[in-house]
Amino acid sequence: MANETQTMTQTMTVSIWRENGDDGRFEKYEVPARENQTVLDVVAYVQQHIDPTLSYRFACRVGMCGSCAMMVNGSPRWTCRTHVSKVVADDQLEVAPLRNLPVIKDLATDMDPFFEKWVAAEAVFHPSKTRHDPMAAITPDDPMRIAASEAIECINCAVCYAACDVVESNPDYFGPAALNRSWSLVNDIRDDGQDVRLAAVGSNGGCHNCHSQQGCVQYCPNELNPTLSIAGLKRETTKALFRRSR
Amino acid sequence: MLDLRLYMLQRLTALIMAPLVIGHIAVMIYAVQGGLTVDEILARTQGSVAWFLFYGSFVVAVSIHGAIGLRVISFEWFGLNGRALQLFSWAVFALLFGLGAKAVYAVTFAGVGL
Amino acid sequence: MIRPHRTHPLWFAFLLHRLSGLGLALFLPIHFYMLSLAISAPARLDGFLRFTDLTIVKLAEYGLVFLLAAHLFGGLRLMALEFLPWSPHQKTMAALAVAFAFLVSTLFFLKAI
Repeated sequence: MANETQTMTQTMTVSIWRENGDDGRFEKYEVPARENQTVLDVVAYVQQHIDPTLSYRFACRVGMCGSCAMMVNGSPRWTCRTHVSKVVADDQLEVAPLRNLPVIKDLATDMDPFFEKWVAAEAVFHPSKTRHDPMAAITPDDPMRIAASEAIECINCAVCYAACDVVESNPDYFGPAALNRSWSLVNDIRDDGQDVRLAAVGSNGGCHNCHSQQGCVQYCPNELNPTLSIAGLKRETTKALFRRSR
Repeated sequence: MLDLRLYMLQRLTALIMAPLVIGHIAVMIYAVQGGLTVDEILARTQGSVAWFLFYGSFVVAVSIHGAIGLRVISFEWFGLNGRALQLFSWAVFALLFGLGAKAVYAVTFAGVGL
Repeated sequence: MIRPHRTHPLWFAFLLHRLSGLGLALFLPIHFYMLSLAISAPARLDGFLRFTDLTIVKLAEYGLVFLLAAHLFGGLRLMALEFLPWSPHQKTMAALAVAFAFLVSTLFFLKAI
């Protein structure tokens, strides 16, 4: 002991969800407890030094792409933007795949349902002009443009989708991200599909299922407000109802 | 599973009931003082068209509102679906409306003219 | 006990709204039945009303009035959220709804005992 030349590295235990087929369970790994590390660093360490079979997603690792979204100690977060020291509780760190999505393997989820609902909610642009038509004149201070711009920075990371309890309990519910994008397009005067869009968001899986729990607002890393957007959709569908019944 | 129509019904009945609830709470606070008796209740409500309309519309609204609310809960928390969900929703409506109408009648026009 | 992603105030506001609605929906059939006794068995209803003079029952009524007021004010909060321009004070509105519910139900209780 007296002749120790190496410094002892502190370690911590991290529980990571492993799943390959029907066998989902948490497995514990001992990783170095560094002063400055993100949860993504920890996951990468496990895959690079302990178990190369661990599957996970990341890309930019600087909080711009949203690929590394996972459940960290029960909350949906971008792991590259989650400092271990901020979330570790009683020396426990638990990393799991995003909630409300099917698991492909370990920490990688199948994003197909998320994007299918994007399309189903008509969160897609319906062009009304050709290249031969004059450009739409939209000024930056136009209220509709401002509303659209406030909702537009969504990068489809599915953190809000994982946070939402209505998504969990209602398989048909489109979810906050799809409806938020739909709202941004409701405010786009170049879009030609408003009737189709309002019918979609007023349908069975649409905006009227939202209970305004605002978990999406709480967790969106881009500080978007899907609850606000969904409230806007509720107003628009209501107005459409009264316009129709004239 | 709430579409536009059910959602609007829920919000409309809520709006209708807002003043009715406030009125009901006000009556409660007034009436509870000094204890409640059947005579005291009936002295207020018996034969009264106004109270019949007040509590009558309350019962209609709450039957719809409660049925839709329980519909959402039974779907989201208990996984009820399809035909069972429909039956349950209508059963709740029928129960609340049936018992509620009976209660309104009992305190307004049931004993009148006897 | 509550899952971590739910531990924020507006989720609790949702839970209060849902549980108060559920509680009221379960209470109503009993309430309606008791009132219908006014005509079919008034003596029995009078006996029941005397039973409600007990403090423990008054406490239960306190709870019920709180549920009703909380559901009312919470519902108004929700409809304001949905139909009026967005307010950045969502947590304040939720807190005010609970505060008013508490005020109203306490007023009832103090008048009742």
